[in-house]
Amino acid sequence: MKNESIKLLIPVLAVCLCCGADWPQFRGPLTNNVSIADAPPSKVDQESIAWTADLEGRGASGPIVVGDKVFLTSTTGFKEDQLHVLCFDLKTGKQLWDRQFWATGRTQCHNKMCVATPTPASDGQRVFATFSSNDVVCLDLDGNLIWIRGLSHDYPNASNSLGMASSPIVVGETLIVPVENDDDSFTTGLDVKTGIARWKIKRPRVANWTSPAILKTSPEAEALVLLQSSEGVDAIYPQTGETAWQYEEGAGRIPSTTVGDNTLFVPSNGLTALTPGSSSEPPKVLWSEQKLSPATASPLVYQKKVFTVNRAGVLTCANPQTGEVIWRLRLKGPFSATPIAAANHLYLVNEKGLLQVVQLGEEQGEVTGEVDLKETILATPAISDNSLFLRSDKHLWKISSR
Amino acid sequence: MQRSRFLYCLLFLSMTLTSVKADDVEQQIKQIKQVQKEGQGNQAASQAVQQLSKADSSALIPILTSFKGANPLAVNWLCGAFEAVAANAIAQKQLPADKLEAFILDKSQNPRARRLAYETLIKVDPEATDRIIPGMINDASVTLRRDAVQRLVDEAKALEKAGKKDEAKQIYQQALSGATDDDQVKAIVKPLRALGEKIDLQKHFGFLSDWQIIGPFDNTERKGYETVYAPEEKLDFSAAFEGKEGKVNWKSVNTDDDYGVFDIAKELSPYKGAVMYCTADFYSPDEQSLEIRLGTPNAWKIWVNGKLLFARNEYHRGMVMDQYSVPVTFKPGKNVILLKLCQNEQTESWAQRYQFQLRIARPSGTGVLSEKPEATTQLSR
Repeated sequence: MKNESIKLLIPVLAVCLCCGADWPQFRGPLTNNVSIADAPPSKVDQESIAWTADLEGRGASGPIVVGDKVFLTSTTGFKEDQLHVLCFDLKTGKQLWDRQFWATGRTQCHNKMCVATPTPASDGQRVFATFSSNDVVCLDLDGNLIWIRGLSHDYPNASNSLGMASSPIVVGETLIVPVENDDDSFTTGLDVKTGIARWKIKRPRVANWTSPAILKTSPEAEALVLLQSSEGVDAIYPQTGETAWQYEEGAGRIPSTTVGDNTLFVPSNGLTALTPGSSSEPPKVLWSEQKLSPATASPLVYQKKVFTVNRAGVLTCANPQTGEVIWRLRLKGPFSATPIAAANHLYLVNEKGLLQVVQLGEEQGEVTGEVDLKETILATPAISDNSLFLRSDKHLWKISSR
Repeated sequence: MQRSRFLYCLLFLSMTLTSVKADDVEQQIKQIKQVQKEGQGNQAASQAVQQLSKADSSALIPILTSFKGANPLAVNWLCGAFEAVAANAIAQKQLPADKLEAFILDKSQNPRARRLAYETLIKVDPEATDRIIPGMINDASVTLRRDAVQRLVDEAKALEKAGKKDEAKQIYQQALSGATDDDQVKAIVKPLRALGEKIDLQKHFGFLSDWQIIGPFDNTERKGYETVYAPEEKLDFSAAFEGKEGKVNWKSVNTDDDYGVFDIAKELSPYKGAVMYCTADFYSPDEQSLEIRLGTPNAWKIWVNGKLLFARNEYHRGMVMDQYSVPVTFKPGKNVILLKLCQNEQTESWAQRYQFQLRIARPSGTGVLSEKPEATTQLSR
């Protein structure tokens, strides 16, 4: 590379490093709830609210961030059958666009759920939004429709009377969309450019609200997608949907498997740590620990520790190699949103809208800040631009350092 | 002379370009309307929708008009194009508000297209609500009608509060004539009943309340869902069959529940691992495309005139009114509805419900009643 080119690249790299990274899907870039490039405020209070944007309708989906835009979904109408994909300016919170579609599948949900529960995903060029009705929308970042599918329209028995909540993920050129339920249960891999299925695999016929995770054992290794169900965890190849290996000892149907340091942490028999297998070798169980059983929120692996939150709102920190509990901290729960981590802190928002920041120490965790947003929050927040992005039905917030 | 020739050329060029653009819009819409299930036609539609999204505001009405006859998938594709074009038109202050209003008022157009036009119009003209919504009380658009009902409910409440009971009653009754969403119906019926009015909610919603029922047949290990028992082969109300607990016969049952719920567990027996068959007749004066709307926490199959319409193998994930909407075309005269309702063997307290509610409605949600047999039997041959 010529010197001139390097000179041109330096400011670009500097801007990227300063601005942090995108949060392109549920649980972040690697579906592990962790941001390595951003540092949201470690002490939060009312003055940390950089901006608040009003939202119409209902939604329990989390925000995602791509470049200078924040994307969300929501629904309006008595039957929640008007599906919205919304875009906001990262810096100001100004709504840039709103695109609306109609549900082509069923919109019945449990009262605590809603049709806009799955968090959208992005490959950096496109935004993919899925809804409980199993409609899948693909827009460019400016809100122009690229394609749309109606998976319950195509397969009318693919639905769940309590609502569907699994979030899609993008791996390479495949959008993985779980449609797992009591009847016509499947997961499909859609071509990101056309929405046409690359593959569609049958899945256990049991309602399932977990989301897929990405497993990449080394920078050179092919990424695998982990699909969790009541039967266990299947690792599949994202391009073909073929199975690489299976863990068949059963798993929960709400909190999702998390990957950290080449270990899987599966909500199974409390919490079970697995070392990944290969196509010829099943995964090995490192340990199972009932004390680490997660409630609704998924486990988190950060700084060589594993964390779970139980029904009583107790945050437990454990050794990921042994499952041994290191410390516990009682927080104000209950939690539906999964904890997220950055810059030596955990960020947990409870169902009543109380954001709690926990500073991590070897011996103990300590709450360093709280801000009460006073609205029900079920969605997992996003981290980008050295800030947190949180959503309730009524508002989207950006929390930044003063 | 030179100048007029130049203007003529300019005019001709402009007309040609407009015509070409209109042709393009028409072609793009045609391409989009060809999308089908499982992504068929997606590639061509994707190119077309991206082109169409760049069109100017003159494309708005053609896009809306094209909703008519489009399948639900194509409607969403068209919706995406409309919203992109409309957003640009609003930004450039070129939204054709008059044309949109005329479109909304044209009840022959697709109800969803009209709602979309309305939501777009009020972004630039919020006062349009007062002009448009009061006339939508019996509209085919569910959401326009809902807004109209809400205005009347608010008006009636204010009248009631002011002590004008007779006027309030009249407005509530008007609101009820258009109300199909349960929350609105409840908000109307409660004060109306308090004002001394008798309201038949079963009739309002179109619930079927009189049934013939037979069972239990065996559903141990959920095997009965796929097992074809005698009532699936032939309806013979005089016959007796071997059931799960001995001989079973057809019985006449009915429900006086406001929402047409027939509770098998309470009215007959809390059967477990059981299949029950329920049948009712629906008399239609003409061939009609309607919907069977079912609510049940149990697995089910439904046939109309011997043809399987839909089946759902899900247990105990809740029951609400209109839980399932199944499109159906009724023939003139008598139509026989047969419902197979399966209960599992789960012992948890939340898995004990064995019940259903079934109504006939238009796609708009308005209930449709069975005609009297004598009015239709002569058509049923």
